[in-house]
Formats: sequence, C-alpha cells, structure tokens
Amino acid sequence: MTSLDLPYFPLKRGRVHEVCGPGSFGFLAILMAQVRGPTLWIRESHRLEHINPLGLGEFTDPSQLLVVNVKHQADGLASAEEALQERAVALVVIDISKPLSLTAGRRLQLAAKAGNTTGLCLIPEGMGSNAAETRWRSDPIFQAQDSTHFHWRLIKNKSGTNGSWHVRWNRASRRIDMVSPVRE
Amino acid sequence: MFDGIARRVVSIWFHRFASDRFLRQYPLSGPFALTIKHSNTNRLYCLNAEAARQGLHQGMAHSDARAFCPDLQTAEADIHRDQQFLLLLRRWATRYCPWVGLEGRDGLVLDISGSSHLFGGETGILNAIRSGLMRAGLSAQIGLADTRGAAWALAHYGEGQAATGDMLPALQHLPVAALRLDEKTTTALVRVGLRKIGDLATTPRAPLARRFGANVLMRLDQALGHQAEEITPLAAPPHYGVRMTLPEPIGLLSDVMAGAERLLTQLCAKLKTHEMGARIFVITLRRVDLDQQEVELRLARALRDPQRILPLFEKGLAEMDAGFGIDQLRLEATQTEALPTQQMSHVAGDSEDRLDDLITRIGTRIGLENIQRFLPADSHIPERSFIVSPAAYSDAASGWMCKNPRPLCLFPPEPIAGRGPYPPNHFRWRRVSLTTGHTIGPERITPEWWLEDDNWRSGMRDYWRVETTQGRRLWLFYTPQNPGWFIQGEFA
Repeated sequence: MTSLDLPYFPLKRGRVHEVCGPGSFGFLAILMAQVRGPTLWIRESHRLEHINPLGLGEFTDPSQLLVVNVKHQADGLASAEEALQERAVALVVIDISKPLSLTAGRRLQLAAKAGNTTGLCLIPEGMGSNAAETRWRSDPIFQAQDSTHFHWRLIKNKSGTNGSWHVRWNRASRRIDMVSPVRE
Repeated sequence: MFDGIARRVVSIWFHRFASDRFLRQYPLSGPFALTIKHSNTNRLYCLNAEAARQGLHQGMAHSDARAFCPDLQTAEADIHRDQQFLLLLRRWATRYCPWVGLEGRDGLVLDISGSSHLFGGETGILNAIRSGLMRAGLSAQIGLADTRGAAWALAHYGEGQAATGDMLPALQHLPVAALRLDEKTTTALVRVGLRKIGDLATTPRAPLARRFGANVLMRLDQALGHQAEEITPLAAPPHYGVRMTLPEPIGLLSDVMAGAERLLTQLCAKLKTHEMGARIFVITLRRVDLDQQEVELRLARALRDPQRILPLFEKGLAEMDAGFGIDQLRLEATQTEALPTQQMSHVAGDSEDRLDDLITRIGTRIGLENIQRFLPADSHIPERSFIVSPAAYSDAASGWMCKNPRPLCLFPPEPIAGRGPYPPNHFRWRRVSLTTGHTIGPERITPEWWLEDDNWRSGMRDYWRVETTQGRRLWLFYTPQNPGWFIQGEFA
C-alpha cells in the first residue's frame, strides 16, 4: 500500500469534470473532503436518490453542503453557471439526466474558468460531454475485510493520459490511499 | 382654561365603518349587511344605509333579517381588516394635524388646535375632512369641541360644532349615553329621571358619585373640560418605501438601474437609521401607458448595503418590458427585520457574503426555498435524523453524530425478493442480479410510536449492510413483524 498522490486528483480547479459509475457518490464525497470549502449540489427535485448527510459525515462536514433543487436540467445548468463564476463555493456538483450539448459544456467550462471553481457532473453512463476536462468511472470493489475500496478509472483526459487506480478511503486520516489491485 | 390657544378637538365617528369598507372594495346596490358569528348565531354587525332604511338593525339575527328583507345581501365581517383600514385612515388624517388617535373600533380623534387656520378656519377644516371622506366613500359624523369627551358626544349624538369656552350649552340637550358610559349606568341614570347631560350637570355631585360611582362624574368633567384628557397620537410604523417620478420616460436598462440605485441609496439610509435590514424588495415600474410591472427580489439574508443589492436586481429588471417608456420608479422594502450595526471584523465576512449573494442570485431564478442545507435532528429513524431547511432562513449547524455507519445515498425503500431473517444470498435489484459477499448486522430500529409515519407501518426494521461481490454496498432491511426485504440506501 502506498500513499503516493494520485495524478489528476483532486480535480483541476477552474475546470468541469465528469464522473459516472455506481461509485460516483463515493467519488464525490472523497472529492468534497479534499476541496475544503462550501459545495453546491444541484439536483433535479424528482430524483429519488438523496444524499444522506449522516453518511457524508464519514468524509467531510455535512454543513458545508448546500443542495439546490431544480425542476429541470435547464434551470440546473443556469444555476451551475451562476455558481461556477461567482467564486463563492469551492465545488459545484450537477446531476445530469440528459446529454449535454457541446455548447452547454463549453459554457460551463468558461464559467468555471471565470470563477476558478471546480465543477463536477454526475453523469449516467455514456452521457458525457466532449467539453469535459476529465471523465472518471468509479466502481466499488468487493473485498471481504475492507468496505472502502474503489476502482477509479480515468477514461477521458484532455491534458494527459488515461489511467486506472485502486484506492481506499482512510477514515482515520481522512485521505485516500492507493492500493494494489485485488487478486481474485 | 389654558393660557395660549384653547384646545379644539375633532371626533370622527364612522357609523357604517365596516360595511363602508367592504362596499368600497366590492360595490353593490340594495340592502347590504356584514354579519358576525356570535354564540352560534349569525347576527348583523354593520348595515348600509339602504338596509337601515328597511328597518333592519344591528344585532339582529341574520335569519330574521332575511325574513324581513329577502333581497338582503350579506358578507362576513373581517374585524382585522377593519382595524387595518382604520390605521390607514389615521395615517391619512395626519394631513390635517399631527395629533391623531384612534377612538374605539370605528372612530378617530384629532387635536386640531393651531392647525385649523391652514384650512381656512374650523368650518374649512371640517368641510375638508368631510369632503375627503365622502370621496373615499365613507359616511361619517363629525363633532368639534374643546374637549375629547364633548367632541365624542357631538359626533355620536347630533353632529355639530360647539363654541369655544363653556361646553355645557352644546351638550345639555344630549342624552346621558353621550358621556361614554356603559349601558348599565346609562339605564340606571335614565331610571331615576336623569335623561340629559344638562340634568346631570345640575344635580348635586356627592349623591351622584355615591349612587353611580365616580366614573359618571369623571366622564362629565372630561366632557365639560374640568378634567384633562389626552389624545394619544399613535406613532406610525416607519414606512420603507421611496419613489421617483421622471419628467421624461426612460427605457434603457442602464437608466432604470441608475434610477434604482438612487432609490436604493435613499432607502438603505433610512433602513440604517432604524437599524433594519430588508429581506424582500419590490421595485415597481410604472409605464407611460399606466401599466405597472413589479420586480421582486428575495434576499438570502437581510441587507441594507446598496452596492451589494443593486447587481442582484439586474436580472429581474432586464426581463421587464419598458413599452413606450417608464416614468415612475417605486422601491419598497416589503419585509424587514432587525439588523443591528456590527463590529467590523477582519476574519469573517467576505466569503460568507459571496455565498449569500450566490444564494440570492440562484434564488431569483428557481425560488429561494429550493436552496437547502441539512441540519441535524434528534431521531434515530434514518430518514428523520436530519432536517432539510432553506439555506436562506437557517444557519449552518454542527453536531452531526451517528454511532453506526450510514449510507451516503438514501432512497425510498425498494422491495426485493428474500425470505427469513438473514440477507438473501442472491437477489435482483434494479434489473441487476447481485450476490451477497459480506454482511454486517442486524441493527434494529424501532418506529417512533409518538409520530405517525406510513412508511413505518410494517413495524420495526432490522438493518443490514450488505456488500455484494459485484462491488455495490447496499443498505437492506428486514421487517420481522411483516416479513419482507427492502433496499433503502447505498454506501459508496
């Protein structure tokens, strides 16, 4: 086990990134623990899944999270753009339910650049935008003794190579450790 | 009586106050009355002139009145609105003199000493008041005298004007009820033959006081001016509104913003003197075609800093249609709260202010109540162990405590196939077949019986953390009283 820093993580500031896969909530929670600062989560109010602040407490302080409930994606994108360029929050999270157009993706990138704020889109599989800086896929990995194990794959990267890492959330030190892949 | 100017008091009695107020809003013709529910009977509360002419009277049961007068129209009285309207009238009446007080539920009292010459003497001021009220559609009886008591008597019993000096000649023919006495005393006085104020004034005082109490003499002395009585003018609550009328209509956004800035500076200065901050601002734009448009700004926190508020208006104002031009701007703080001056601090501030402004900006688009934060709650039921509260109306709270691990993501329970008190080895969830690898549990949570919750009808729940060999880490529960398995959350 090494605790070397993961390349491209925490995500580059001033850009918008994407994450998909069943472990994306975990990815987000770990990212929130790293960015230090208020996080704005923009979600569509009809979604049934809701973040549980008590679960988030394992990673970071739940009072840092503000949830914005929007009716549809257009409102969500407009709010995200506003939040990204305002420099008031450290991280803006957007739940994406419909594919983003290139224009919408570019607008988000410009807003993020203007405010030097990190943006993260939670995307369903295969709905990424070409404008995203990086795209990650996060899968929880089963290991009998350890329930904090993830497999993170960097599947799109505008400024470097793709990669794949096995990471583990260290509850005590509140950081991630890189681990070697599980042997079956 | 006093050395300087004699006091002159005007008493206005709106003898059809409630019905006049109602008819101003919903004009109709024919007999009309407001009703009020009094010990299970609807009784007439206030009648219009037409209804009174038909022989109906106040206090009559509604059903009787309908029998006498089948085309009577009625509505329910709203005493709170009436009170609000009386306060408005009080404010209006301060145009005649600065000392205006309320007289009961349906009257005003004005101290016009020294201000009547501005309206061309006493007759002039009475005419001005009367025509003003007539234009407003209110019927009123007005009395003018040296004392509050005498003015009240004249307003209620024979409208009139008493000459300066001795009040007795003007009052002596009025019934004793004009002295603002309660009904019991009035009846008792009438029974012994003291019908008029004049009779009372010539009766020896000591036996009167002994028989009817000191109140009778006090009211008499107040009316005749032997005992002082104050008019307590109500202090009007500060009004947070400013307006600007323009000689030439404007239409450019930059012009409207410049106007808004000027108004905002004025209004914020006023808020500052009262140590108040505003939560909601409304700016009204009046166009030359008399169409009005309103822009409402709800703030995430009470503010009175023009430089911060102004940019927040921009989006709303940009959406307005200026038409042929705007010639009046009106800005009002419709909701205010106390905002004491605070010590400047070098630590906190800027980033919090930015966050509040961001909440306001997003709030103008999607509604301020849709931006929420979590607050800890004291409950062991998973979905009730936190509160979702609008961020604009709450402060961040710490004190998050949970002994057992909780999932990151919660959703309404989704049933899966399973049998027995132990988690199933294989199950299908959301069209994926999963194999249990590792389980931790159970953690039994019982419903809070003092709260009704349909989701917990099936009794207590045994929660299990189930890690599947496919990787997903789920939160399952089993309901032993009503066997069944459900998934409610996901860790990771």
